Amino acid sequence: MTRTITVEWHGLALQLDLDGALYWAEERLLVAADLHLEKGTSYASTAGRLLPPYDSAQTVERLERLIEAYRPLRVIALGDSFHDRRGAMRLDGEVAERIRVLTDRVDWIWIHGNHDPKPPKQLGGRGAVEIAIGPLVFRHDAHEDRHAEGGEVIGHYHPVASVSTRGRSFRRRCFAIGRHRLLLPAFGAYAGGLNVRESAIQRLLDAKAQVALLGRDRLHLFPIAAALPDASLPI
Amino acid sequence: MDQIAVADTLPPRFTAWFQSRGWHVHDHQVAVLRAVQAGHSALLIAPTGGGKTLAGFLPSLVELADADPKAKRTGIHTLYISPLKALTVDVARNLETPIAEMGLPIEAETRTGDTPQNRRQRQRKHPPHILLTTPESLALLLSYTEAPDYFASLKTVIIDELHAIADTKRGQLLTLGLARIARLAPECRFLGLSATVAAPERVAQHLNYGARPLDIIRGRDGAQPEMGILIPEARVPWSGRMALHSVPALYEEIKKHKTTLVFVNTRAQAELVFHGLWKMNDDNLAIGLHHGSLAVEQRRKIEAAMARGALRAVVATSSLDLGIDWGDIDLVIQVGAPKGASRLLQRIGRANHRLDEPSRALLVPANRFEVLECKAAIEAALAKDLDEYPPRPYCLDVLAQHILCLACAGSIDPDQVYLEVTTAAPYASLPREEFDRVFAFVRDGGYALKAYDRWKRLRKMPDGGWRAANMTVVRQYRMNVGTIVEAPMLKVRLGRGGAFGQTLGEVEEWFVQGLLPGDTFQFAGRLLRFEGIREMSVICSPAKSGEPKVPVYGGGRLPLTTGLADRVRAILEDRSQQRDLPDDVQEWLRLQRWRSVLPQRSRLLIESFPRGNKEFLVAYCFEGRIAHQTLGMLLTRRMERAGLKPLGFVATDYVIATWALFAPTQDQIERLFGEDMLGDDLEEWLDDSSMLRRSFRNVAVVAGLIERRHPGEEKSRKQITFNADLIYDVLRKHEPDHILLRATRQDAAWNLADVQRLGDFLKRIQGRIDLRRLDRVTPLAVPVLITLGSTEVGNEAMDALLEEAAADLIEEATSGEPGQEAML
Repeated sequence: MTRTITVEWHGLALQLDLDGALYWAEERLLVAADLHLEKGTSYASTAGRLLPPYDSAQTVERLERLIEAYRPLRVIALGDSFHDRRGAMRLDGEVAERIRVLTDRVDWIWIHGNHDPKPPKQLGGRGAVEIAIGPLVFRHDAHEDRHAEGGEVIGHYHPVASVSTRGRSFRRRCFAIGRHRLLLPAFGAYAGGLNVRESAIQRLLDAKAQVALLGRDRLHLFPIAAALPDASLPI
Repeated sequence: MDQIAVADTLPPRFTAWFQSRGWHVHDHQVAVLRAVQAGHSALLIAPTGGGKTLAGFLPSLVELADADPKAKRTGIHTLYISPLKALTVDVARNLETPIAEMGLPIEAETRTGDTPQNRRQRQRKHPPHILLTTPESLALLLSYTEAPDYFASLKTVIIDELHAIADTKRGQLLTLGLARIARLAPECRFLGLSATVAAPERVAQHLNYGARPLDIIRGRDGAQPEMGILIPEARVPWSGRMALHSVPALYEEIKKHKTTLVFVNTRAQAELVFHGLWKMNDDNLAIGLHHGSLAVEQRRKIEAAMARGALRAVVATSSLDLGIDWGDIDLVIQVGAPKGASRLLQRIGRANHRLDEPSRALLVPANRFEVLECKAAIEAALAKDLDEYPPRPYCLDVLAQHILCLACAGSIDPDQVYLEVTTAAPYASLPREEFDRVFAFVRDGGYALKAYDRWKRLRKMPDGGWRAANMTVVRQYRMNVGTIVEAPMLKVRLGRGGAFGQTLGEVEEWFVQGLLPGDTFQFAGRLLRFEGIREMSVICSPAKSGEPKVPVYGGGRLPLTTGLADRVRAILEDRSQQRDLPDDVQEWLRLQRWRSVLPQRSRLLIESFPRGNKEFLVAYCFEGRIAHQTLGMLLTRRMERAGLKPLGFVATDYVIATWALFAPTQDQIERLFGEDMLGDDLEEWLDDSSMLRRSFRNVAVVAGLIERRHPGEEKSRKQITFNADLIYDVLRKHEPDHILLRATRQDAAWNLADVQRLGDFLKRIQGRIDLRRLDRVTPLAVPVLITLGSTEVGNEAMDALLEEAAADLIEEATSGEPGQEAML
């Protein structure tokens, strides 16, 4: 487990994993957000683009590795697990089978996302709009009126932070840790990213928030002030 | 040429016209006319100023002179292609002169990316006799369903500046298009116009279709150019590439001449040299700036001013390498070593108007090694010893684009297409298996996982052939034509507050990321203040003062050619060739002989010396910066394995220097420089590095997997062009031998890593390495050690850099609060 950093949040020790997942050791809970399974194939019908259809296999493989490494009792897929409502049906047979193996092994929760407001059929697991455990609530998107003292763990925003050093800048997926909200990076192999300095994310975080960038071999923690806005869209 | 022979070939109307203009008919013009009239294809090699373009059009003008203006045409008679839009437009304008003055019933029109839609429609419905266009516009024309009709009556294709695109991806796409034309128009003859090149037969292959005889016709050489080396104040800097020290001397030369063309090697250099000249322009001379990232309007303005003779000088990059002839330039200055003899001659040739008057040129070396290179370039140019480049292997992404083009126009049979594309010279050796895989890619992505049967881009037709499945596919093809994929650029515009003003040009995105509001930078010849970014544009206002940054661009820095490298080594080896060198260069070499030795021409000299707790290794390879970068990466990996603990390296065009904790022995050196470097080490490094990633991005766009990003047409966030990096990661894990990845490796090896050149080098020096151990830095090693500060960093060092940045910030954040760790 050398590819993690541990943060203390709301009195809990949470591990942030280089793969973009969160592990709560005490609860033996693994959380990954925005899997966007079958995003690759979704472009065939909507945009006439035939992208390599291996993103689902890749994402599932990484989940398998994390589950093997952490051996959680419970796994939360924090919404947008499928890129669209028909995604589950497009899954390659073998990949679908591998998902069933995972949902058999653990208590698997499909949190509802905006891309997939209903849990997939015939893949096991159970669905929920949100789930509260201890002082934390796990949902896909931020709840606007949250004023409670606890913390909200969300996906949805695909946070990415851009840090500049020595004349070069690096734009990497990241966790964003604010006082009341913890944003997970998108886990999906093809999931894009939104800069944490964009107002949609900025408004969810306080000035003292931090970002944990997913580097090549380790994570890097920065104050959010170090993150730069995008000059333009990434290619 | 005797006038009777001319009279035999040229109709009287034409001879009279030549006479009325006071022109002789050149031998080569007659030769081309004869060849084409005999049904041959031809390559005309002639220097600028020899009536080359007219030679290209004469056959068509003569054939069309008696055309019936009222006859209905469904297709064009002659197609003219040039790589430059501006050149196409200019040639079209010049063509009007003979047509008008001889009263020929010929319609000639241009068609480029700038041609408005209504005119394009008209050209399709009412084809002109002569269509002047660019390679990309030709590809588009071939994708229309009426292409067979449009081209069936085509009699001649003229390709201008063929030498400039022959060995490029663009040239490869063009030859595929020509192969198509040869099938659609069996009577068509192909006529290429080229500057002098080392291997004309190879260039000629781009015109060789069907069983048609192919002639190579050489125009008379112009007068030898007069070339000299300019050494301001008789002193040469130790290192540097910009030669800014020469600006006062440049200004003096400009004052002494009517019009001067000042060529530089990079856009940043153009800005700096221009700025330097402007600052000292007490005589208020009209000096212009021209480079590829300036707005089109700016460039046209400068070109028009040049044509009018209104400028005393223009500072330009290769953006002016091709183009119209300007008669009045009396001096060409090449600032910085020219990197190749052909390039030098072509640049000098831009000033060559009257064939028999020698052009004058001055070369300004930026540093001591460049003095040797300039001397070598002049010698090579005088001896007409031009650079020979190895041919570029066929590109699979280009083939994919072309196949889709054909499938848009109509139903295609893979067997026929394979036969056709292999008649295009670069693709002659394309194996059927690779073709099939490219075809499969175009049809349905070519993935092992058959996820896209329902969504094929090519649909099977009743006649058994394949055709573009729907208009979406066709539209995507047409939006994506071309082989040039640039780094993400942002427009630079003047403005403040709410209003935007003039667009000045483009800069690369990464440059902008390093700017803060208030920073000044030098661009388009102006000092600008960065205000911010709005709507994908860099907004700036005129600045009065400041220490400006200068935008630097990724592409375009050519390494010196193998021909020049060999000559430089010859000069170093032979004292008699050093006598005309500037004093301080001679002194430098003399000191080197005293301290150490000079490199021998056919061997590799490596110097090893300690300096400041590190062990330096300086290898005088002379294989160009790109090959040296690759060499440096691979060498340091091997040094690591050998236990020498390398810390870094730096590469110039001439030399590579590494520093480590330990120095190698002779044995170790032999092993380090072994040819097996290009085996596993290269594979691993290519895999790790961002080279393949960059290449994949380009290959994926050209092949049509992802959309080209159109500057200025940025979409909303929801429609972001798919991130090529993500696709690359997934593809290489799950299908590492996918055809696009094969194309990617070829692209990276050729473009970014110069692997071929490195391989040739390693072969050459086996068993020929001279390792000299010294107790301190040598004179010859000084230039490279001076450039030490500027190593490029790839993603390999990402974590180290991020860690460092984080540590700095934490330090900053926590200083003054002793004992408190950074709160997580």
